Amino acid sequence: MVERLLGRHGAVEDHRDDPVSAVWAHVQQARNLKRPHTLELLKAMADEFIELHGDRLFGDDTAIVAGLARIAGRRIVVVGFQKGQDTEENIRRNFGLPHPDGYRKAMRVMDLAERFSMPILTFVDVQGAFPGAAAEERGIAEAIAKSVGLMTRLRTPIVVVITGEGGSGGALGLAVGDTIIALENSIYSVISPEGCATILWRSGEQSHEAATAMKVTAGEQQELGIVDIVIPEPGDGAHTDPVETARRIKEVVLERLDVLGRMTIDELVEARFQKFRVMGPYVVADRPTPPQERASITDRLRGLLSTRPSMPSMPGGGHDVPPGREEV
Amino acid sequence: MPVRLPFRPRRDAYPPDLWTKCPGCAEMLFNKQLDKTLRVCPHCGHHFRISARMRVEQLVDQGSFVERDADLAPVDTLGFVDLKSYPDRLLAAQLSTGLRDAAVWGVAAMGGKRISLCVMDFFFIGGSMGSVVGEKVARAGEAAVAERIPLLIVSSSGGARMQEGTYSLMQLVKTMSVVERVKAARVPFISVMTDPTTGGVFASFAVVGDVNLAEPNALIRFAGDRVSAGTIGEELPPGYARAEFWISHGFVDRIVARAKLRDEIVSLLGFLIAPINGPTEPAPNPTSRPRAFFSALTGALSPDSNGESHPADTAAPRGGTTNG
Repeated sequence: MVERLLGRHGAVEDHRDDPVSAVWAHVQQARNLKRPHTLELLKAMADEFIELHGDRLFGDDTAIVAGLARIAGRRIVVVGFQKGQDTEENIRRNFGLPHPDGYRKAMRVMDLAERFSMPILTFVDVQGAFPGAAAEERGIAEAIAKSVGLMTRLRTPIVVVITGEGGSGGALGLAVGDTIIALENSIYSVISPEGCATILWRSGEQSHEAATAMKVTAGEQQELGIVDIVIPEPGDGAHTDPVETARRIKEVVLERLDVLGRMTIDELVEARFQKFRVMGPYVVADRPTPPQERASITDRLRGLLSTRPSMPSMPGGGHDVPPGREEV
Repeated sequence: MPVRLPFRPRRDAYPPDLWTKCPGCAEMLFNKQLDKTLRVCPHCGHHFRISARMRVEQLVDQGSFVERDADLAPVDTLGFVDLKSYPDRLLAAQLSTGLRDAAVWGVAAMGGKRISLCVMDFFFIGGSMGSVVGEKVARAGEAAVAERIPLLIVSSSGGARMQEGTYSLMQLVKTMSVVERVKAARVPFISVMTDPTTGGVFASFAVVGDVNLAEPNALIRFAGDRVSAGTIGEELPPGYARAEFWISHGFVDRIVARAKLRDEIVSLLGFLIAPINGPTEPAPNPTSRPRAFFSALTGALSPDSNGESHPADTAAPRGGTTNG
């Protein structure tokens, strides 16, 4: 796959053996504006789609679309992010960056799904929520938190498909479900590689390294257990054959809905709760109580020193000091 | 191998033990005096950031806090290396704070009432939420539901922890799913936002308290400065996204000075009482609509008639902790 990607991007061909460049090519692919978004995919997948507008509170967010779809004869509520495919559409769609109104519209429509016994299908492709003042002051944080909370307890099956960028909390607002599917060239990350590089490397230029370190690619996310299913993309990527991409997504989604539909609603919601409840690894340290903290840390430091080539920087070094400063 | 460890926390060791310069008014303050005023500048009211342990001490009835799960420790699943490796950052933070990760949780009493309490520590990698912090918040919420005692979370965090990648992002889901259960169980949840409460912490449990309190001038926002200013090119006015801003935009109920925080929470707990016969499991239908939490809140707000003593009786200030 990497070979194929690099083959298409002639400029980076000489980085063939460089994993960092390969990951970056993957990121670029996920961000390709020509990739099919929610409406394009629905056009190919659905027999019928009735879009519903507005959050009944403030307005209608054009960066998130929601509505009722009939796919292979089934009633399904579909919610998804909508980037534009050209400049004009992107201006209309706010470059696919949603305001709180988008998530509130999504919540309103997903509530319909539960009340009228329809499963939910979401398409995730967003750089992040709109970071400007308008979104902030209308409570983008609250909208995302509420949407995440709602999706953890909705009593209807939810299938999430990450089709491009799964960017941070903005993506997560529509990305909680029973099954998380990702297209092969999509990415999923806690913060954009650029944002991560700016904060941790103190330079936006290290975004390639940041993307590599965060393991953003769909395949890596599957290995980490965040993504359940990765769908291979046709040809040179989803943008080269949107219809075939939609067909592959449709096949997997319908199969998953069948499986989820066989569970009782109580089982389904409990399984979804457990799925996310156990995410995130931690260990239980040997010494149980804080008073023994010192001994425990000394032991750990010793362990670290004996196994690590480099000495850990000490607290005096703080976060801002480059590595290698040793004060022990 | 003899290793000398600098156990003294950095923030106390520098600047020297005696003085702290107030970033609000540039006044030089005696640390002893500052501790007496709960680390609030007596001249300009600047609220210094405080450690989780100090916060617990300031809030709960003396000696009532019983920490749980202090032995949870983070792991570096991703093998994350930026300018430093993640294990190095963790070790440095563990040495300087004496904590294993950026949150402390346990049960305690406030004004004689038993509560489940989780406090975040900004001095541990910016209070960032990785798997351990998410787990502790979740366990605090689950204990609140199991024991039917109020949940109090004091946030102080830069957001999700980048070094744990999408696992950190998933902590938003983990914590919110538990908070939903807290709400469904009609157990009260008070969220206290202190400086700073940003990113994924603001965009999950911190913003959805039954009552949201904030300390004066606390920075509370979702999008970071660099993102807003850099990507969108918007100029941000002074005081933007501070606690007072959120009062006027309707996402914070009250701004409470640190000296009054304990009493205010105790008073609120006198109103928000988990109904004894409330559902212990999430009730299927009434809670499944977005607005159900309002009705849950209304339910929690109706006073119980079981002869509670007035909270003020038990909320007497403790010696040495009131503002002088």
